[in-house]
This record gives sequence, structure tokens and C-alpha cells, in this order.
Amino acid sequence: MIECTASELLHLLATGATTAEAVTQTFLQSIRDRDPRIGAFLFVDEAKALDQARAVDAKRRRGEPLGPLAGIPIAVKDVLCTAGMRTTCGSKILQNFIPPYDATVITKLKQADAVLLGKTNMDEFAMGSSCENSAFQVTHNPWDTNRIPGGSSGGSAAAVASCQAPLALGSDTGGSIRLPASLCGIVGLKPSYGRVSRFGLVAYGSSLDQIGPFAHDVHGAALLFEAIAGHDPRDSTSVQQPPPRILPKLDEPVQPLTIGVPREYFGDGLDAEVAQAVRAALKVYADLGAIINDVSLPHTRYAVATYYLVATAEASSNLARYDGVQYGHRAAAFGDLVDMYCKSRGEGFGKEVKRRIMLGTYALSSGYIDAYYLKALKVRRLIKNDFDKAFTQYDVIVGPTSPTPAFKIGEKVDDPLAMYLSDIYTISANLAGLPGISIPCGFTKCNLPIGLQILAAPLAEEKLLRVARMFEKETDWHTRRPKM
Amino acid sequence: MEYRIIIGLETHVQLLTKTKLFCGCSTRFGLPPNSATCPVCIGMPGSLPVMNGPAFQLAIKAALALNCQIAPFTKWDRKNYYYPDLPKNYQISQYDLPFSHDGWLEIPSPVPPHAPPLEGGAWGGRARGDTKRIGIIRAHLEEDAGKMLHDEQGGGRDSLVDLNRAGTPLLEIVSRPDITSPEEAKAYLEEIRLLLREIEVSDCEMQEGSLRCDANINIHVPQDDGSFIATPLVEVKNLNSFRGVERAMKYEAERQFGEYQRKLGNEWIVDHTAGRTFGDYTVLPIGQMKNGQLIAVSKATAGWNERREVTEIQRRKEEAADYRYFPDPDLVPVKVDAAALDRVRAELGELPAVQRARLQTQFGLSPYDAGVLAHQGRALVAFFESVAAQGADPKEACNWIANDLLQTLNERKVTIRESPITAAALGELIQEVKTSGLNKQRAREVYAAMLTGLGAKDAIAKLGFKVVADEGQLLEIIRRAIAANPKAVADFEKGKTKAADAIKGAVMRETKGMAKMEQVQGLLLKELEGQP
Amino acid sequence: MSAANPAGRPCITTMSLSTDQVRWVAHLARLELSEAELTALTRDLAAIVEYVNQLQSVNTEGIEPLAHAVELANVFRADEPAPSLPVDAALANAPQRKDDFYAVPAVLD
Repeated sequence: MIECTASELLHLLATGATTAEAVTQTFLQSIRDRDPRIGAFLFVDEAKALDQARAVDAKRRRGEPLGPLAGIPIAVKDVLCTAGMRTTCGSKILQNFIPPYDATVITKLKQADAVLLGKTNMDEFAMGSSCENSAFQVTHNPWDTNRIPGGSSGGSAAAVASCQAPLALGSDTGGSIRLPASLCGIVGLKPSYGRVSRFGLVAYGSSLDQIGPFAHDVHGAALLFEAIAGHDPRDSTSVQQPPPRILPKLDEPVQPLTIGVPREYFGDGLDAEVAQAVRAALKVYADLGAIINDVSLPHTRYAVATYYLVATAEASSNLARYDGVQYGHRAAAFGDLVDMYCKSRGEGFGKEVKRRIMLGTYALSSGYIDAYYLKALKVRRLIKNDFDKAFTQYDVIVGPTSPTPAFKIGEKVDDPLAMYLSDIYTISANLAGLPGISIPCGFTKCNLPIGLQILAAPLAEEKLLRVARMFEKETDWHTRRPKM
Repeated sequence: MEYRIIIGLETHVQLLTKTKLFCGCSTRFGLPPNSATCPVCIGMPGSLPVMNGPAFQLAIKAALALNCQIAPFTKWDRKNYYYPDLPKNYQISQYDLPFSHDGWLEIPSPVPPHAPPLEGGAWGGRARGDTKRIGIIRAHLEEDAGKMLHDEQGGGRDSLVDLNRAGTPLLEIVSRPDITSPEEAKAYLEEIRLLLREIEVSDCEMQEGSLRCDANINIHVPQDDGSFIATPLVEVKNLNSFRGVERAMKYEAERQFGEYQRKLGNEWIVDHTAGRTFGDYTVLPIGQMKNGQLIAVSKATAGWNERREVTEIQRRKEEAADYRYFPDPDLVPVKVDAAALDRVRAELGELPAVQRARLQTQFGLSPYDAGVLAHQGRALVAFFESVAAQGADPKEACNWIANDLLQTLNERKVTIRESPITAAALGELIQEVKTSGLNKQRAREVYAAMLTGLGAKDAIAKLGFKVVADEGQLLEIIRRAIAANPKAVADFEKGKTKAADAIKGAVMRETKGMAKMEQVQGLLLKELEGQP
Repeated sequence: MSAANPAGRPCITTMSLSTDQVRWVAHLARLELSEAELTALTRDLAAIVEYVNQLQSVNTEGIEPLAHAVELANVFRADEPAPSLPVDAALANAPQRKDDFYAVPAVLD
């Protein structure tokens, strides 16, 4: 059962072949069996999860209407506020923080009758590409536990990939859903900016952050996406347009289909096996009648630099609130107020977070702001313009999600710049606010997953998911599960 | 020649909304500590701000009343600094694209007793007779911080934070340095208060903190060659009342002059290379030698000590704080359309400056009297106009309202809308006094009787103030008065017609103010003319 | 949007990040760093800054900054009260509480 997709589970539940309680028990057992080796979860509240499951069963027995995720257990990245449940963002500074409120997406999950399994591990404050920056534990890639699962939503991706949960929520600021999805061989979707409410998502790069689903297949991703998307009056940046009803149309191919393949994505640094798998995937589309062409996104090579100025600038301000006054870690010993701030933050934040706060502060500081932050915002517009132009000619843009398959734990941890370059293909979508998905498209000789990234124009999730489904129908990469 | 005082005022007013600028918590004053907070105004992780629409509308209204240009596109910026009363350690404010700029406020210019005449088109504001325009550089919207208290009991080791106030909408109004005297500073604040209360934008109660003010002040000292030397700027904080502002400005100007006299030529050196034009003259700044270079003396912060009535310099900031302003990614910009502005403008009603001018031109009131009435607000001015409409002499009406009626309202702690005397009744009283010739003391007795609800005629009847109208009676009294005032009679015959007033006064005294003035006047003149 | 360059700030393109600058930034960010951290951060940041300096070569004349991924405007809410948190819930996570206040080391102005 643990290898089932969400839709398979829904079917089992609907036909009465199983109960929500049994499903939850099964996955809780999977967590007990497998998570000691994987380290995907930070907290699991078994009692609460079972209560929720039983409540769903009771509703079903009473003949009451059920939400679209009724009885489905879901793992949630610990960057989302859950009322009454610890929310740490993978950081010592929020180690004991218990929010008094639910993020909007959590409320929506509850309204959809989902079962909240627990909170998953992540790079601290979503800053990282490998899930090695958590203050608490490292998460291991289920396909090779010596390797990273990707980050920053590594815990959620690993939980789904290792069948500890059929669905999970993550957040994506520079690729933090798509990258771990790619490295863990599952589907990960970053919606368009503004599609999903950020209320209750602990902010990292506010103009870049989005919450999105992990699933074994495109259907599962679409299911969870529909449940969480929609305008929220509590988020001024959420779009008014109602989200599309994708599920009924998911299997309809997009025809005609034009695909743009950015030539800048196939340069140095791209692993040969990844390139090969991506080209093979493109052939699948060609065989379906898609027109595939080279496209140029000339400002691609500036994307990482742009991101690391914009995101860190916003982060340096977003993380200023962690000062030991209203909540969070306060140092035990300090002199005056300023000393309290400096010690509390110095003790509470990890290395990577400090690096990014410093970089962001520098980029905004007097004398430097024009050359760094403002300049980056201008290049950001150029990057967006590149995509706007491309989408006038192409339905989607396709390429690799990650330049390499999963690397070994500890391999890049001392080389921040090398780590940043993992995001090279995913980062632009955040800068431009585009929806993007990573779907499994192959394996390396060492049996490491390879992901295919598909990008679409803003608010074009329906087209995006249908195009992804076209590939999935022709292949079986998404049916593979790691041997555990 | 006296030194010139240059003052710019930075005023923060709390807007009259029910809820805070970015969340639905209450803005009511005096709630129990930390009882009006939520994840948004506490700045909890994951919280997001959403702009209060009516707050923005009130801000627009205020800016239009201050004659400002409204920006068609405005945005929200983060001002980053660390302080315990600032939960997110940034304040959402406006930096380079404030929603309004370049306006002015016309204030009744408090001319000091022995001031020389003001030149038209002088530097700074324009002076026009009895009013003066103070320029407004900008007005923008921002959120308030919380409150900090010192913990008296805990041995003074802790400060305590109450976030009830955090997130309250504030309008920051920055004046040009057009204010040239302590009295003017007070007048400016009083006018801001009057204006914003009238259009219901803010309560402007300094005691409750819904109006706060910081002052930037320096002086320009005249030199023999016609140039001026500017003392270093001082920002004075902790101003808690209008009177306090006036006193603080007076003290600080004098203190700066004293410091100038002591330090010029020693620590302080005039920087002749950095002259600039200020209005119609040149002003030179003061610098200090540092490592062989002449560096401008930077701005200092001073606190006004209300108890000791002195300003206390805190420190000269060597580096300005680096606020690292950038656009708030959680909020979207606002586009204001011209049609909407026209609607708001149309609903502003008559503003105090216009009202004062009209009271002078339409009713012939003096600037002082017009100011007194306007200062009380529109409702009272409407009352006045109603009284005048009945034919009452405007000056009389003004006196009655400004003195007697206002005192009554204050004693009873009611507003003009609950006045025990209606406009009609007051008009009647004024007419009766005029025709009957009742003196002021008698008239006041009638007024007092009217407070119970009686009309003027009824009150007079009730008091038994019967007017002596019988010609025979009056003539007797008049002749007695003539006989008793031979000098006045002689003067009158010499052509000093005004001398008759003395005799008339005697008559009025004898009749205890119960005679009709005109009748007495007429009879008296006839008698005088008939004198041998 | 521009900020005045205070006297004494070095020109960014010609100088690499110094330890003193890093110390100043750490103060702005209220981060206490050990000497070892300071050294490591100076090295890391210098490398990253050198990398991001490549943006200087991009021609952005006439290009408006893009601060928001989606360019919305005029999002408002009504001036309607919403329930506040009860005091205990608001202060539940406070590291130091005194009565109904957050307590911090004394701030003397």
C-alpha cells in the first residue's frame, strides 16, 4: 500500500477496500521502519494523525460530503506554521516555537480532510540545495543513503520517494521543490507566484517563495495543487484569478505542442547522463508530434547571481525578526540589548543562514544598494523578458532540472558557490514568477534519478500539468520505487 | 540685527481607523497590555500585512487638505532597524515614492509684539498680512511601533514591551524649514490639529500620543557682510505639548546662540567654501577640524526635559543610521486615479484657513476674532453664522459666542451642538440688547436667565428689566443729567458732539441700563440743542 | 531609488571585501561572529561578491527594477475588526515575560 499513488489510495478508500485509519497506520508504520535510515521527518504526531483519520472515517460512515484529499496522509515541510505544533524551519532559533495559528494551506488541507502526518526536515530557513543545512539532522536520499536528497525541501521529497507518505508539501524559492523532486525521482510542482497563499509560510525570499506539492505522479501533484491553490485575502500578493480545475482535463494532450529548449542550459557543468536522459525525453515528445526547437534565454548565466542578491536581500530583512524578544531563542548570557540580539542570533542561526543574511545586508547597505540590489532587480526584469518572449512562441520550455544527479553528503558543503550553482536551471522560474514542474525521466548507471523540468507561462498550470502527463503516459519512470 | 530661527517640524498623527494599518486588531487607546495583537502585528513567522483601505483614504484626505500633490503611483518600503518595540525589526513605511508631496498649510501668523514688518516674498514661507504659508515637503503613511516602559520594580534591569500600538496607522507630515519663531511652531501645530480634527482624520491628542512632534532647529546669525552663519542642526525630541514645543524652541534657539558665541573661532570654524542660498541670502555652515580636514558638524539629537525646561543634547551622530530601504515584497503598490481624488476633495468642506478669510471678508471680523471662532470648529462657526443671519451685529455675536457661550459650554462639558441657548435665542438677545440699550452687566443677567431655556424677551420680562420708554420720565432724567454735567454741556456747545456721551452715560446709569439708547440719544440731543 | 554614498566608503568594483567591512555588516545584521567565523565569512563572502559582480557588465539602461514577480496593485482590506490573540496566546512563545509584557534588557536612551 505504501507504494500506492494518492489516486490509488483515494480509490481504495472510496470503494471501502480500506479505511483512512488503516491507511494512516500503514504510513506511520512505514515511517517507523524507514525514517531511521532516511531522516525525512522532524516531528510525527501519531495520535493526532490517527484522530484525524478516524474523524474522516466517521464522516464517510455518516454519509457526509468529503474533501478531495479525504483520508490521504500528507507530510508537511517544517517551514509551514501548524497551530499548536512545533514549527522550527530546521533552525535552532525556532526550536521551541509553537505558532498559535495555521498557515492558509494547512487550513485548506484540513478542509480537504487530509491527514497531517508530521513536519519534515529542511535546510534551515529554506536556504540550501542539499538538506545538509538543517540544525537537527541530515536527510538521506532513499535511492542511495550516502547521498543528499536535494534541498531545501529534502525531507518532504525523501518522505514521498521512500513511501513514508503518498503526498507532501514543500516550498520553492530557487528550486527547493523541483530540485529534490528531481534527485529523489518523484514529481514536484512549483506553482506560479501568487497562486498559493504564502500566509503562514515562514518567509525567506518573499517575492520568490511559493508552496507546492510532491507526489509519485502528475495526478497526485495536480490533486494536491488544486486543494491548496486560490486567492487569500490575507496574502496581498496572491492572485485573484481562481485556480483552474485541472483533474478532469489532465489526460488531454496539448496539441499542437511547441517546446522550447534553452541552448544555454546545455553548456558546461551539465552531467552527460542527465543530458542524455533529457534528450531522450524530448524524443518522446517529438514522437507525440510536438515541435521542438532551440530557444535562447540570453540572461540565463546571470540568474544565479541575480537570485543570490534579491533573495538574500529580502531574507536579511525577513529574518531580522528573530531576535529573542517575542519568540524564538534568546541567549542565556549577554550584556546589554544589542549584545542580546547579537548573541541570540549568533547562536541560533547556522552557517549558511548567516552567510545569506550577511550577503543580503551588504547588498542593501548604503553605498552598495545601487550596484547590487537594484542592479539585480533590473537584471531580473531582463530575465523575465527573456521568458515572456519565449512564451510567445512556445507552449513550454523544457530542460534538465538539475545539472547533476544527487551528489554525496558532505561533497559540496564547504563550497557555497558550487552549492549555489545546483540551482542554475530552477532559479529563473522564481525570478520570473513562472510555474515549473520536475518529473522523473530516467536513471543514471548508478540508479540515481534524473528529473525533467518543464516551465510554462505565469498562471498556465493547466497546460503545464497536461504536458507533463503526456510524457508520463508514455513512460514508467514514475512507477519505480527505491528498494528499502 | 537679531539671529533668525529656522524650524522644520516632523509630525506624526494617528489616523482615526478602527483597526491597524495591516491587520484587524483594534487601535483603541488604553487597552490592557498586549491584548490587541495578532500574528501579523507581533511579526510572527509567516505573517503577512494587508493594507487598510480606509486608512489610505484618510491619508489622501489629509494630504489634499494640506494642498499636497498626490502621487499617481506609490509604494511601500521597509525601513530596517533593530528595536524591541519594532517587532519585525523593520517598519513598513514609504521612502522614495511617498503618496503625497509639495503642499502647504496656511497658519494665522502670530506676530510677536514688537516685530518689524514682514517683507513680502521673504525666504521660506510667504507672509501675507496676518497669515503665513508653511510648506509641506511630504506626507506619507507608515505603521507605528509598540510602546516601551521601564520596569521600576525589577531593579531597573528590564524594559517592558507592549505591542498594542504596533501597527497603528500613522501619517507622517514633514514641513519645510519655513517656521521662523517658537510661536509660529505652536501655531503650526494648532492648525494641524484643528484641520485634521475638522476633517475627522485624527484626534491629534498629544497627551494620548495621537499627535507626536519632533523639531529640527538651527539659527542663522547675521554677519557684517550680509551673509549668515548657520549653527549645526539639532533635532529636539520628547515634545509632549504645544506649549512645550514653544518653550523648547525658545530655549534651544537661545542655547544655540550661546554655544555659537562661545565656540566660533575656537572649536567651530566657518566653512567659507560651502555657502548656499537660503531664500534671499547666503548662509555658511560650521565645521570642525578633524585630521587636518574641515568636516561639517553633524546633526545632534536633544531631548526636551519638561521638568527642568531645558534641552539635553544626547549625542552628535557620526554616522547616519543605514536603514537599507527597499520595496516591501509583501505589499503591492497603489495607483491613485484623478477622479477619485476629485471626489475626496469635493467632500473636504470649508477648511479653517479659508473659513478664517471668509469670516473676515463676509462679516468684517478682525483676523483675531475670525481665528478665535474658526479655532472652535465648523459647528461653532455655523452657529455664529446663524446668529449673524438674524441681523445681529457680527462683532457682537462673536463676542457673545467667544466669551459667554464658550464658557458655558466648557462649564457644562458640552459641545456647541448641545448648547443650552439656540442660535435664534442668542440672536434675539443681541437684538434686544441693542434696541433696549441694556448694559453689559444687565445683558449677562438676561443671558444667565436664558440658560434655563427662556427666550430673550421672556427672560427680560421675568427679570423685570422694564425698559424706561416713557418720554416724560426720560426727559426728567435727562434734564437732571444735563444739570449735573455743565462741563459736558459746554463742550458740546463748543462743537464736541462726543461730549454728549458723558451725559448719556449718566442717564443710562440712572435708568440702570433700562432705557432705549436711541430714544435717550434723540431726546438728549433735542434738549441740548434747545439749551440756551 | 538611490542612497548617498557616505564619506569613506570604498568603490565596490576595485576593492575586495575586507574583514572590517564584514564586521560592520555583521553589526548591521546583529550577528555575533567569532574570529574564526569572521575569517571564514570574509573569505566566503568575498568569493560570492566577486561572482555576483558579473552583473556589472549587464547593460540595464532604461530597465525598470522588478521587485515583484507579479505586478499587482491596489490590494486593500476593509477597516473591520478581527479577533486579536488572547494575551497568553500572544505571549506564549516569549523567551522572557513579565506580567503581560515582553521583557528585554533595559533600554536607556
